[in-house]
Amino acid sequence: MITSFLIKSLDRTIVVAVAILLALAVIVPALNLLTAPEHLLHVPTYLVSLFGKYLTYALLALALDLVWGFCGILSLGHAAFFALGGYAMGMYLMRQIGARGSYGNPLLPDFMVFLDWKELPWFWYGFDMFWFAALMVVLVPGLLAFVFGWFAFRSRVNGVYLSIITQAMTYALLLAFFRNDMGFGGNNGLTDFKDILGFNVQADGTRAALFAASALALAGSLVVTSGIVRSKFGKVLVALRDAESRTRFLGYRVEHMKLFAFTVSAMMAGVAGALYVPQVGIINPGEFAPANSIEVVIWTAVGGRGTLIGPIVGAILVNGGKSIFTAAFPEFWLFALGGLFVLVTLFLPKGVVGTAQNYLATRRASHAAARKESESEKSASLAAAETMAAE
Amino acid sequence: MYRIIQTALAALFLFVAMAPGLRAEEALRDLVNALGEAKLSEMDEHIATLAKTGKPEVVAILEALGEGELYASKADGQVFLTKESGSNLTLTDPISGDSAGEAPKAALSKIRVNNSVRRAVRTALGSLTLLSPDRNQRLRAARSVLQSPDADALGAIENALAAEKDAAVRAVLEQARATMLLLSDRPVDEKREAVRLLEENGGREALPILSGALGSADESLKPDIEAALASIEQAQAFWNAGQNIWYGLSLGSVLLLAAIGLAITFGVMGIINMAHGEMVMLGAYTTFLVQDVVRTSFPHLFDWSLAIALPLAFLVTGAVGLAMERGVIRFLYGRPLETLLATWGISLILQQTVRTIFGPTNREVGNPSWMSGAFELGGLAITWNRLWIIVFALAVFAALLFLLKKTPMGLQMRAVTQNRRMASSMGIRTPLVDALTFALGSGIAGIAGVALSQIDNVSPNLGQGYIIDSFMVVVFGGVGNLWGTLVGAFSLGILNKFLEPYAGAVLGKILVLVLIILFIQKRPRGLFALKGRAVEA
Repeated sequence: MITSFLIKSLDRTIVVAVAILLALAVIVPALNLLTAPEHLLHVPTYLVSLFGKYLTYALLALALDLVWGFCGILSLGHAAFFALGGYAMGMYLMRQIGARGSYGNPLLPDFMVFLDWKELPWFWYGFDMFWFAALMVVLVPGLLAFVFGWFAFRSRVNGVYLSIITQAMTYALLLAFFRNDMGFGGNNGLTDFKDILGFNVQADGTRAALFAASALALAGSLVVTSGIVRSKFGKVLVALRDAESRTRFLGYRVEHMKLFAFTVSAMMAGVAGALYVPQVGIINPGEFAPANSIEVVIWTAVGGRGTLIGPIVGAILVNGGKSIFTAAFPEFWLFALGGLFVLVTLFLPKGVVGTAQNYLATRRASHAAARKESESEKSASLAAAETMAAE
Repeated sequence: MYRIIQTALAALFLFVAMAPGLRAEEALRDLVNALGEAKLSEMDEHIATLAKTGKPEVVAILEALGEGELYASKADGQVFLTKESGSNLTLTDPISGDSAGEAPKAALSKIRVNNSVRRAVRTALGSLTLLSPDRNQRLRAARSVLQSPDADALGAIENALAAEKDAAVRAVLEQARATMLLLSDRPVDEKREAVRLLEENGGREALPILSGALGSADESLKPDIEAALASIEQAQAFWNAGQNIWYGLSLGSVLLLAAIGLAITFGVMGIINMAHGEMVMLGAYTTFLVQDVVRTSFPHLFDWSLAIALPLAFLVTGAVGLAMERGVIRFLYGRPLETLLATWGISLILQQTVRTIFGPTNREVGNPSWMSGAFELGGLAITWNRLWIIVFALAVFAALLFLLKKTPMGLQMRAVTQNRRMASSMGIRTPLVDALTFALGSGIAGIAGVALSQIDNVSPNLGQGYIIDSFMVVVFGGVGNLWGTLVGAFSLGILNKFLEPYAGAVLGKILVLVLIILFIQKRPRGLFALKGRAVEA
């Protein structure tokens, strides 16, 4: 069954994309670690981390595309799942610091000592073990999405209403995580990480490994999403995106299907967040900001929603542009971003990849039509010749 | 000759008229000089005599005595008010208040005081200022006595009370008397009367007095005091609830102002305008610009600056809204999610534009005089700007309701939003109506910005703080219904303020958001849902 799922999921574009990602996962770390710094092909560590960050963004955009592009749910709260995954990873990294913090407390992270807390809050238990943290990275966003989605889809909150309450959700979490009493470091968040799985997070090797992990996670998620989308379930998802009432009247449990897609998507976002945090070295409540969630939407829109490659391309394009822009003309980045929102929605509703695919498809179709036409002409002339010969 | 006689007569007349004054001054000087020669044990008596004269000069003298700044000259026994300046003392004549030069410390001797003298001074001072002819000074004195009640001053208070005519001062004095009675060793009946009086108009200040008296009180008095305490606490709870409601109404009016334009663009037209908050922000910046011009060029018009800013803000934001609708939104009708994204983009551009022009820091917008200050209503403290904003929000709401329900333009708006094709067939120019409706909603956001500039920081991020809240209000109240927005705004405001004392400001806000999310589960279309065909449209 799994093999059939895999085989179905792999069409040509996906195979190519996965192959590229796997190649990147090997080549970039190799170029970083094995070549000398002055070598022509050397990739400096900061670039490895930067591209690793882009890949986690791409994973987040892919997660959003699963619900927005294929299920019609425009979530304006996906950054919340991303940040929750990030916090889970951050908590593991905080526990790894141990007695090396500036207060030297073997059990409590620095900010708790600073707040004069005497013992570890219960929700920090277990985060000293990587497997537990890794489980939480997926479970916490998944659970939130499940509960939230269960309430929302059951009472048929959809369209812009859903968008607005997802935005309210991430806003509420933003406010909550800013509180010192929450036990997540308040305003400053979690930072000053030392080790991950015993390796120094600052080391080149760890950075390269994190990059490879991000690329692998993205490739894996791509295969899974593609499998979901190409299965019969995925076809019904698209149907409910385009005509929800009709799908419901045909006998499908629309809300269950939406809930499944939403939860899976949130888990993917959590993984993305968990890979993001060790590469940037900090997680703070700012990640919950509603603006972040909306930015994810624009990555997906630029790349092309409803295509699986699109969000990946979009995330890398927009963030690459952001890095260049904010360095060169910091004033104009928001103008550019704002303009991008307007122009893409007005002129490029299918995004870069979607438009390109459309263009290719129409060209292929017109080629095929032309070939057919010439063939039919040929057969017509043959027939004419035959009749002439018969006469 | 005649002239000379006239002048002489006038001089004589003047002298006769002034003579009693001079004589009184001399008498007072003798009394004051007596202080310098008196023994400590006689001081009380001297102070009382001085106080009895009731002269305003005595206040300064007694104060100086209490502070140890009253010195007697060793040479002639003259008493002076002094201030230290190096090793010398600057002297002031105690009666006339004129400067009397400087003298070395050795030439003077300090009039000694002990605790009993200080107490006598305090009592005398209290009764003196309580008897002052100036009403405000009496009121101040009565308040200060009330704040630090002392059973010894009871007599002075009762004297003052007997002479007092002014109702406000009397009320404070009565309260002070009651407080002192409780501390004194008067009979129980009088104390019971005092407890009753404190209960009636004591308020918050009476609580510690009564609970303090509870410990030392007579057994027969205890039930009275306990009852009084309970009743005051109840009254306090009542006023606290009132204050919370007031704060809630105030927050609600802010929410209403921010959301009311959205109720038009989102509620009536179904356009998700994420740049709505930026319209509010533009309105606030318009106010800033108007005030800037008024301050530099027409300072006397400052109180009118808001009135000038209102129509301008409406025009500016209305024009921006019109441009948005014609330039972007009209291509996206029927695609709400795309509209959301495009307007978000516009909001980023507007924010950055304002940041580039005006800088990222807060701009100062002043309150006109009629909006500053506060007054008290019962136990409520009410600030004028909050009151005016509530009034203004309701006025805007009423005007909008009138426009939608009673004018041809409103009729056309409603027709287009209910059934576009039918309205179009009836000859309504639907694109024009769309544009004007959107401009109206944006213009109202601008007006809201004028009001909000009075209570919020005017910065490029001003709008961001309101956008989620105002969407919550519209969604909670029910889309497409102005009354829903009104009820939604005020109930969210009041709910927020009632949760705050228990949960804190941030947690209260989170709770409200969670409650709204849960509420939408129950009523997905808000409090006042539209019924019929419009629902699925």
